Amino acid sequence: MQPVSAVSGQAYPWGAKNVDTDVIIPAHWLKTISRAGLGRGAFETVRAVPGNIFDDERYAGSPILIAGDNFGCGSSREHAAWALGDMGVKAVIAPSFSDIFSGNAFKNGIVTVVLPQEAIDRLIAVAGEGQPITVDLETMTVTTPYQDRFAFALDSFRRRCLTEGLDEIGLTLARDTQIAQFESAMAEHRPWTEKRSGYAGGVVEGRRAS
Amino acid sequence: MASRSRTLYEKIWDSHVVERRDDGTCLIYIDRHLVHEVTSPQAFEGLRAAGRRVRRPDLTLAVPDHNLPTAARVDGAGRPLPIADAESAEQLAALARNTAEFGIDYIDALAPEQGIVHVVGPELGFTLPGTTLVCGDSHTSAHGALGALAFGIGTSEVEHVLATQTLLLTPSKTMEVRVDGSLGFGVTAKDVILSIIGRIGAAGGTGHVFEFTGSVIRALSIEGRLTVANMSIEGGARAGLIAPDETTFAYLQGRPMAPTGAEWDQAVAWWRTLASDAGAAYDARVVLDATDIAPALTWGTSPEDVVSITGSVPDPASFSDPSKQAAARKSLDYMGLTAGTRMQDVAVQHVFIGSCTNSRIEDLRAAASVASGRRVADGVRALVVPGSGLVKRQAEAEGLDRIFTSAGFEWREPGCSMCLAMNPDKVPPGERCASTSNRNFVGRQGPGARTHLVSPAMAAAAAVTGRLADVRDLMEEAL
Ligand code: SF4
Repeated sequence: MQPVSAVSGQAYPWGAKNVDTDVIIPAHWLKTISRAGLGRGAFETVRAVPGNIFDDERYAGSPILIAGDNFGCGSSREHAAWALGDMGVKAVIAPSFSDIFSGNAFKNGIVTVVLPQEAIDRLIAVAGEGQPITVDLETMTVTTPYQDRFAFALDSFRRRCLTEGLDEIGLTLARDTQIAQFESAMAEHRPWTEKRSGYAGGVVEGRRAS
Repeated sequence: MASRSRTLYEKIWDSHVVERRDDGTCLIYIDRHLVHEVTSPQAFEGLRAAGRRVRRPDLTLAVPDHNLPTAARVDGAGRPLPIADAESAEQLAALARNTAEFGIDYIDALAPEQGIVHVVGPELGFTLPGTTLVCGDSHTSAHGALGALAFGIGTSEVEHVLATQTLLLTPSKTMEVRVDGSLGFGVTAKDVILSIIGRIGAAGGTGHVFEFTGSVIRALSIEGRLTVANMSIEGGARAGLIAPDETTFAYLQGRPMAPTGAEWDQAVAWWRTLASDAGAAYDARVVLDATDIAPALTWGTSPEDVVSITGSVPDPASFSDPSKQAAARKSLDYMGLTAGTRMQDVAVQHVFIGSCTNSRIEDLRAAASVASGRRVADGVRALVVPGSGLVKRQAEAEGLDRIFTSAGFEWREPGCSMCLAMNPDKVPPGERCASTSNRNFVGRQGPGARTHLVSPAMAAAAAVTGRLADVRDLMEEAL
């Protein structure tokens, strides 16, 4: 993963609430076995409407997206993060995110910034004028050319992974001894979670209607 | 060690901590991992690129479901039929290749056990109480019905689990969702969960894990509990738990992957200790009374847009929040509905009975009891898609397939089908579907498709009347 310490530039002043991952990338784009090229399908249903924000020349290629509450709800598809990354979005600012989406975004180097609605409204106004916005992971602030300064929080592990571009799997594999110890304790105390006898021969009974 | 009162969630969490960091983040051991074709190819690609192996192939089970067409899979001579869509075929082939290469158990499309991951896991006993279970699919929350801490993960996390059998997680907050009383005539588990989401909103559970409690939940079968827990994610919670009890043990005993003999007894003894302690604290609580729950359905494009079947399309102006007003106007426009229209006057062209929410044997029985002796209305296409091959076989043994087909329903092969527009089963633009699935999002069942989420019995009622109908009227007729 590429290290990110700041994201700076124009922003899509969108503000839509409850944007689900079906909207970010519709299901028919999921039939791929690679991570690349999904930007073409990003926000397909939004873009089908003339005058939409993503085809507005003023915002084309913006690295920041400003959205409303509950961004990324719905399906767990990481394709949503890949699609955003592929269209050049490196940070999303919203009042809240779905838990799964923010995890996926982070793992792909996309910063999810939680700010209160008032700050979102202000940033939408600024971005709507075509002014740049800066998300800084060193100072943990979002700033504008008008001296706006909004502090945000990010857990320290995520922040470190983002700023240092760390590979999470590599970090966990280094804990192999601890994992192996846990596994032997499990084998002793909860042996039934270890074994499976295979899957053939299943039946479904269910409850009868009374 | 004397310990403080803990919730079910905390007990499962605590028993899976491999390592705790100073900031509260924990490395959590994953007991069970389900894999399907859509969210796994890039994870296997990542492993290959880094030269990594799968740590515990024995704890992983793979089954195709999302892409698979639900038309016949073999010809008259029993030979497998090709999959017409090249991209789907490639994705399905990639799953077969990847599971063979990494030594993972794979239930192929022709196996009698094939089905939707969230139907397959419980019915094979792969899903067990007190386990941590993940899958690259948000409706993994369903498995919480058996008391497993189960949640959806993204593809990078799929790769992380494959490589390490762990995930790095921050503990969630907990929310008790209690449903007291007993359900009225014609009211089902689906109506319960729709009503819960209607109450708390689609983001109501964000950052939380639900624990469903109360007499209504206790009285539900495992099938009904699976329906409830399945839609936890539509209420914003990543997982939804139901404490294991005698119903759970009776359901699991004898399933092919469930423990046996002395290990079974040992397991049950531990499972009994998992229920939340008296006095355990939740971060939030919502209480519903069963008498307030009627057969329910959605009118808009968010699962929180819930109304009783006796109700009408709401007026956007009736919402206090201006952004909700705007969202409601947009929804009604997309749904082709006018405020004030009685829900029962809305005609449907499609009915879908299936998905991981409602495709188990009891769901099919409930739908069949309404369909029996009736006919699908003119101009309606109605699909019944069993959740797995085992459900299909059981339903056929009970003659449910003949009830459906003689009423004019299509009887299909198992898979995700019309729940999401990824396989050939789609709702055409501008047409309306009464669906037993879990998402009524814009375009979910096909571009421009209009979805109303309902219970299986309500879906069957819509099929035979050609409109959104109150199933209680048809049930009374049958008395
Ligand atoms: S049935 Fe629908 S919700 Fe369930 S796993 Fe399949 S696509 Fe997802």
